[in-house]
Amino acid sequence: MTGLLFLIPIALLMGITAVAAFMWSLKDGQYDDPDGAAQRILLDDDIEDEAYSPKASR
Amino acid sequence: MTVAAEYGCPSGLAPADAVGSGADPSAFVRKSGAFQELELFVRGARCAGCIAKIEGAVKQLQGIETARLNLSTSKLLIRWNGDLLPGQITEKLTALGYGVTPFDPSAAEAEKDAYGRELIRSLAVAGFAMANIMLLSVAVWAASGEEMGEGTRTLFHYISALIAIPAAAYAGRPFFSSAWKAIRQGHANMDVPISLAVFLALSVSLAEAWMGGHGAYFDAAVMLLFFLLIGRWLDHSLRNRARSAARELLALQATTATKIDHHGHASSIMAKHIQPGDILRLAPGDRIPVDCSVVEGKSDIDMALLTGETLPEAISVGDRLSGGAINMSQPLIVRAEADVSSSLVAELVRLVEAGQQAKGRFTILADKAARAYVPIVHSLAALTFLGWMVFAGGDWRQAIMAATALLIITCPCALGLATPAVQVVATGQLFRRGILVKSGDALERLAAAVHFVFDKTGTLTKGKLHWLNADDLGDTDREYAAALARASRHPVSRAIVEIEGAGPVACDVTETPGRGLQGTVNGLSVMLGRESYVGVHQKLDDHAAISTTWLKIGDSDPVKLCFADQLREDSVETIRQLKSEGISVSLLSGDKTAPVAEVASQVGIEHWVAEATPSAKADFLDNCQQSGLTVMIGDGINDAPAMAHAGVSMSPGTAAEAAQTTADFIFQGDELSAVLEARKMALGAKRHILQNFTFAAMYNAIAAPLAMAGLVNPLIAALAMSGSSLIVTLNALRLGSKRRYL
Repeated sequence: MTGLLFLIPIALLMGITAVAAFMWSLKDGQYDDPDGAAQRILLDDDIEDEAYSPKASR
Repeated sequence: MTVAAEYGCPSGLAPADAVGSGADPSAFVRKSGAFQELELFVRGARCAGCIAKIEGAVKQLQGIETARLNLSTSKLLIRWNGDLLPGQITEKLTALGYGVTPFDPSAAEAEKDAYGRELIRSLAVAGFAMANIMLLSVAVWAASGEEMGEGTRTLFHYISALIAIPAAAYAGRPFFSSAWKAIRQGHANMDVPISLAVFLALSVSLAEAWMGGHGAYFDAAVMLLFFLLIGRWLDHSLRNRARSAARELLALQATTATKIDHHGHASSIMAKHIQPGDILRLAPGDRIPVDCSVVEGKSDIDMALLTGETLPEAISVGDRLSGGAINMSQPLIVRAEADVSSSLVAELVRLVEAGQQAKGRFTILADKAARAYVPIVHSLAALTFLGWMVFAGGDWRQAIMAATALLIITCPCALGLATPAVQVVATGQLFRRGILVKSGDALERLAAAVHFVFDKTGTLTKGKLHWLNADDLGDTDREYAAALARASRHPVSRAIVEIEGAGPVACDVTETPGRGLQGTVNGLSVMLGRESYVGVHQKLDDHAAISTTWLKIGDSDPVKLCFADQLREDSVETIRQLKSEGISVSLLSGDKTAPVAEVASQVGIEHWVAEATPSAKADFLDNCQQSGLTVMIGDGINDAPAMAHAGVSMSPGTAAEAAQTTADFIFQGDELSAVLEARKMALGAKRHILQNFTFAAMYNAIAAPLAMAGLVNPLIAALAMSGSSLIVTLNALRLGSKRRYL
């Protein structure tokens, strides 16, 4: 039964970490623009493209 | 520049906004430190390509620090330093094919939805606590015999208490504070039994743990909060969506005007800063911001949204104009006669507000259920406690356990989820069909409605003229007429362009307000206008609903063109369907008697009223409301008061902002049958809500006697609670999967 003395605190700690991570993401505004976040992954910001990059066309 | 050269959304998900917006947003720029900030509402942005185009284009301008488009809210936030003119930003976006409107965040009270965030955080904490306590509780329940010693069980109970008490103290705040407020005001709401149950469950369980007993309800107390918070959050997010839709419309009404000072300089000011006596310039296409009188110029004024008349009115120097109308053909110089708050539009807004206060008379089902629930459960709990004290030998511990078990097991998890879960599914389904529902309660009111009142122009009809005899004309005539029409905004011209499409435009066009157009096409002089304008002396006995215009090319004989406002394709069928379901239908219009009578007979409405002023419309609705809940469907500013006085209101997506702000339902597209769809869904939602309440009542009828008899243990309480919540939610989801409601 001594295993419980380690396992229960570990389980609780993992849960608390998850809650803390969620709270941080909420505060960080990660749920403010769900549609935009889904679309922005398609943007090629890192590729130098004339049409998109302000630097290249200046 | 392949992508950026395209016009509008590169994926073609939204049509390019050809209207654009010439409004100068300088009046909306805010200072924030060294930077200047502007928020714009962008129409037509739908995909990643739009984000790249819009943000990329704005960032190319001088001195731009941030340009971020929020795709969910269609708001573009721009920050810059230096002397960039904000007009350049809107020009650039308009050139890309997106409509832009400046956005006044102070009008929208950009609140961060503090209550919604508190609910979400509480939900996260309750969920975490529930899962972890369940981990320990399952072990205790499973070891019913000799497998677990008393010491281990007590340790598990203490660990549970360690998690449950702080978690409940945090996650229960929305309920505790509301219950405390209610008690201080001397009445009880739904949150009082909830708070009491959580508090009792925790203290009884703590006492049990201390005495080494079996019956600890830590898991039940937290689970209760978890399920109730889900219901609260669904309800809140629905209401919040409705409120923010209304707020956004208000913020968009914050229009600008061009003011001319004593030295003749023009500057852009917010409409709300206009003073009586100010001299303003109105470009063609501008909405008139306040009541004013014409100082210089002649033009046509479109009053369709104010009075329901399809044809514009010609005005000249000295005429008074009402705010809300649209200037059509020529620039005007006007003097403001009132400020925004005393203009006709503001008057209508006050009528709207008066009507909305009256709306509280309708009691929604959930409130009725709550009113019955609170006293019954409280007296049953008291009865249980007394019963055990008297008949079971005064064992207070057992008496409190039984009373607590009753409060926990009858607690309104299912009741709290019954309504919001159904409303969320129903509004989601309607949204997919292009019908925006602004409040969940509106669905219930729609289901109870017995009268439907329709506006004419823009609701039963399409609200714009249609060219009736295009096929009777020769190809050249049509070509010339179209070339001339493309140069004008008059409804007749737009009707011609709608049929003929894009093409060459006439040159040297002059427009004489109230009379007609003249221009040159292929070297020939072309005229389009009234009988007297083109020189026809034949006076036809005009059909009430048809307006005629004459086309004259060079020296040839004038040709007659006929235009009329057409019914929506499914108006007749929609009215027939409503009547066959036993609904009484009326037509209420501000237009002249003859066209109203004509439309009424076409769609088959026996009861109609014409030439009604906005306040007469509101009175008419008040009368209807006496005999039963009434739905008003309208699109004009003049309908807004009537819509506010109605039990439920709907407007098409093409309606004036004031009407859309007031409406409970807004439907997109050309089909009036959206009214039928919304009603069908409302009836379905009501049926499912009633089913849910019936189920919750049945469940309580079985669970309450068991709890009173002391037969409930923590395992049964947990199973019953989660089981009933699950069934209610599944029943709500059934509404979405069934095809027959749409």
